[in-house]
Order: sequence, then structure tokens, then C-alpha cells
Amino acid sequence: MSGLIIDSDACRGCGICIKSCSYEALEMKDKKAQVNENCVLCGMCIESCPFDAIKIEKEKTNGIELEDYKDIWVFIEQNDGEIEPVSYELLSKARELSKERNCSVNALLLGEDISKEADKLFAYGANKVYISEYEILKDNLEEIYVEFLDKVVLDYKPEIFLFGATNFGRSIAPRIAARVKTGLTADCTILEIDEESGLLNQTRPAFGGNLMAQIVCPEHRPQMATVRPGVMEAVKKETNTKEVINIDMPSIKEPSIKILENIIEKKAESISDAEIIVSVGRGIGSQKNLALVERLAELLGGKVGVSRPLVDVGWADQKNQIGQTGSIVAPKLLVTFGISGAIQHLAGISGAETIISINTDKDAAIFTVANYKVVGDCVEILKSMISKLEKKCEKEQVV
Amino acid sequence: MKIVVCVKQVPSTNEVRLDPETNTIIRDGKQSVINPFDTYALEEAIRIKEKIQGEVIALSMGIPAAEKILRDAVSVGADSGMLLSDRSFAGADTLATAYTLSLGVKKISEVDLILCGKMAVDGDTAQIGPELAENLKIPHITNVSEIIEINDSEIICRTITETGKRLVKTKTPVLLTVLKDINMPRLPSIDGVINSLDAPVAVENAESLGANKSYIGLSGSPTQVVKTYIPERKNESIEIKGDSETKSEKINSVIKEVI
Repeated sequence: MSGLIIDSDACRGCGICIKSCSYEALEMKDKKAQVNENCVLCGMCIESCPFDAIKIEKEKTNGIELEDYKDIWVFIEQNDGEIEPVSYELLSKARELSKERNCSVNALLLGEDISKEADKLFAYGANKVYISEYEILKDNLEEIYVEFLDKVVLDYKPEIFLFGATNFGRSIAPRIAARVKTGLTADCTILEIDEESGLLNQTRPAFGGNLMAQIVCPEHRPQMATVRPGVMEAVKKETNTKEVINIDMPSIKEPSIKILENIIEKKAESISDAEIIVSVGRGIGSQKNLALVERLAELLGGKVGVSRPLVDVGWADQKNQIGQTGSIVAPKLLVTFGISGAIQHLAGISGAETIISINTDKDAAIFTVANYKVVGDCVEILKSMISKLEKKCEKEQVV
Repeated sequence: MKIVVCVKQVPSTNEVRLDPETNTIIRDGKQSVINPFDTYALEEAIRIKEKIQGEVIALSMGIPAAEKILRDAVSVGADSGMLLSDRSFAGADTLATAYTLSLGVKKISEVDLILCGKMAVDGDTAQIGPELAENLKIPHITNVSEIIEINDSEIICRTITETGKRLVKTKTPVLLTVLKDINMPRLPSIDGVINSLDAPVAVENAESLGANKSYIGLSGSPTQVVKTYIPERKNESIEIKGDSETKSEKINSVIKEVI
């Protein structure tokens, strides 16, 4: 049986592992550490032990032929014929990984009348584009897509399969993983090939971003991962090989979920693709001051983002929330007002290029990630910035 | 209608602090609670029960102490709980967890609707719902923001998509993951708390569920955590000083440079 093994010869009874355990699963008996039924095998204690006395033993159970699986596949998500930007980001990352694996990057593009988009996929890193164009693929329906992708995994045996962590990606990827009985790592922030094993090292934040966990899927294929939009960078580069392969629609039974109505809201409301963001948190004081933030965003040609407390009190829409439970953003410029920088919030802004933070508390956590630190009153500084920018605008108009 | 609500035991505080010297997690007598996202699923199940009648069973996989959150579920209106607990379930990733939960659902039998929270606050994967539905071979809908119509055989609900909203109709049995906009969870009543003390909470283990050993716990988990580390945080910020006027002037010029 699999389990946590403590080598009682190596254990010195120092008790460090007991402190490291957040499940109260380790206790001291006869000056040796012992594991009890609370253990969830999280592995925290293994890292903590200075004497390498703890390990997790795992029975090998899987008998698939790993060599049969090759190439990196990227699921290209389209919505109403438009490709989600995260798909380009994944392709560029896949191109990087493919150099180490010496393999092809294959883009899987499903939709209706979608082949015109293939060229863009080559530009961002695809070597081959597998296309299937059917009316039934137009709406992203889980039941259809899961059947289709299951067939793709069976027929083409991808070594690695990447998905954007969009609503749809987060809905179908787990279902496919469960169907083909493989591992799936959610919301990876780092993907790299392990030099020794050739495995995909998948790193994701754990414990609310306090810890990074590196995860592998050694004996199951494909190695599947989702990545949040904006986390990886889309890099345009022409490739020489441009192969388009058409795939037929597999026979799929009538889906049991029917769409009664599709309401498309303006894409402009999403902040995850914004280049400039002015964000605001509890430190803004009162709701009426939000108008100032909106005005500044307007003057800078940016969008407004908020921290979670403002959504919780009902001052702002969840659509604008930045952080672990909101949107992950990666703007060129982020100006924050009155955001203290809870770890869940910081997890959402790590991709920002330049961060200017204004906060009254000189020890606020936001300053640990800010490029420019401004200790001061948000409202005063906001008003002053706006009036200066407005004057400048007027001058330019006069000229 | 027979409704199963999946609940997870999580630390009551989402804030996990680390001891900077030992790099270990500081435990400050934190309590375990129902994953906040699951409370919306539980509330929705209770509302459905109140509207069209039915039975609500709270289901969890966890350590023996997780029985407490199942009693908490009863205290707000669930009829009973089922805890799946066994040393051999430990170390389960989402695939093994979903398999184990599916055995619980099968044990409960003739389930019409399964409700899950959007995700758990500690793991944050949002994978269990779809993976559980796959194990049960029933359809699933994620990000449900409103259940508009429901009867024993059909549900009409609203979901949030990448581009907006969608109104969908599904037959039961089905699994839904719900968003927190869906309702406002109630607090337990005094009667509820008293009821919960001797409410039926079944405890099942690998054997009683007839679990396939190679699909549960660490053995049944394709993913492995290789290592954990503290993320490096850069801290080379340039401080902008002066009175508010000077500060705003300087900030504006930095902005001008960047954009």
C-alpha cells in the first residue's frame, strides 16, 4: 500500500516535521515521529525533515506504453469564431517546450468556418494545425467537445496537452482527464521540461500563493495542464512548416444539455487583456471616490480593477475583481490605490510589467511587488494626478 | 428529488502564514469549516428541497474529523451526511478524489442532482465537479449563477461563459457547480444545531465502498508533488517622496514613460 514512511533509524525526534504539518497528522512517540490517520500525504513534512527520514512510497499501478505518446498539443478555444488570446500564449509556451522535447506543436482548432484563423496559429508557434469545421462545434458544448477530444487523445496520443484556464477550458479539461484517466494540473504558472526525466514540470501556487508546488505526471499520458489567461507571453514568429490536417467529426450522440439562449456581453468588460489598469482597494475610503479612479483610468486609456473587499461590500462588479478568485491580469502598467496586497490579490498581478502603488501604510504587502512605492493619501494624490492630466489635455487641445 | 451536495473541509482561514525561519506553516488553532464555495451549493440544495420537496445528503471525503462539517451541513437543513474516510484515500489528487466521491454517490443511489461549489479555497483547482460527473457518466454544467426552473426530470439554469451568459436546459441526473452569486447561504437555526447532533452521518471506507485499490489515494493519483518552495518576491521598489503635488507630478511622469 502507498503511504508515508518514517525511517525510525534516521529520525532524531527533533519535531520539526510536526510543526510543518498543517493537518496535525504527526506526533511524537518514544522520541520518534509517527504518522496518524489525519495524514493526507501532502508532503510538507518531507521537505522539512533535516535528516531525510520521511518519504512517500507509491505503488506503481499503471501499465501504459509511455513511448507511444508524443508531441505537444494545444487546445485552441474559439468563441463566436474568435480565438481566445490564451490559446496564442499556450502555443508560444509549447514552441519553447517543443525544442527540449524535439517534437511538434500541434494546435487543435474546432469550430464552424474557422480555418481562416489557422495562419495566426502558425505565427504563434504551431507546426501543425488539426482542424475540424462543423456547425455543431460552433457553440462550446461540453458533451460534444469532450467526446471529440477523447477521440483525439485515443487516435493521436499526445504526450502533453495544454488548455487555457477559461471557463470552458476549466470545464472540459478535467472531464477529459477523468475520461482517459490521467493527471491534470490546474492554473500552472511555470511549465518546463525536466532535463533528466523529460517530464513536464508543472508549477502552480498552493496555499493561496504562499507556496509554489511543482507537480509531475510521471506514468500517465497525456500530461495535462491548464494555464490562466495572461500568465504566459504570446510571441509571434514565423515557422517554416505549415501543415493543416482535417479531422472528421466522430459520431457523437445527441447532447442532453440544450442551449436556450446565448447572451453575448461586450468583451470590453474583461480586464484580463487590458494594457493599462488603475486598481483600487479598501483604502479608497468611500464609494464616491471610485468616480475619481474611473476618471483617472479614462484619462490614461485604461480599465478599472478592484480588490476583493470592494466586491464583497457591493461597490464593484466581480467582473472587475483582480486576484486568485477574480481575474489574473498582466498589464503594461498597473497603478494601485489603497490596495494592501493580500496574497490572493498579489497572485493575480504577478504578470504586470510596471506597478505603481499608492498606500497610506508604508509596510503594506503591495510594496513588496511594486516597482514604484508611494506612501500617501490615495484620494489627495488621485485628485492631484487627475487635475494635472486634465490641464495637459486642455493645453494639447488649445495647441 | 434526491440531491447530493459535495462539501470539503478546509482551514477556516484562507491566510496561511509561514514561519520565516523554518519555512513551515504556522498553525494558530485554526478551525476547520465547510469550504465557503460549497455553502452556496448547500444553500441551493436546501432551497430546491423547500420548493419541490426532496432529500439533501452532504457528501465529503476526508479525515475522521470531517464528520463535523457534515453535521454543520445538517444544521442548516441537509437531511443526512456521508463521510468517506480511510487511510488508503490519503494523498488523492483530483482524479482519485473524484473516483472516491463517485463511489459515495453510487452508494447513496438514485441521485437526481449533484451540486458542488465552484472550487475549494485551499486547492483552487475547480476540477472535482467535472471529474466526478465523468466518473458517474452524467452531464455537468459549471459556473451556474441561477436555477430558473426545476422539476424532477428537468432543470433550466443560467451559466456564465467566456463571452457572457447562457441559458441552458438539461435533463436529470446532472451535476452543477454553482457560483456564489446564486444565493445567500443561511445561518444554522437553534433547532438545526440540536438536530445535527444526532443526525445520521454514515461513515464509509474503501472496503464498504468496494473501491478499486489502484484508483484511490496516492496509488490512484497520476500527479505527484515533486517539491514545494517559497516564491521569491522581488523588492526593489523606487520610493516616490514629497508632498501630494510632487508625488502626483512624479507619478504622472513615470506613467508617461511607461505608456
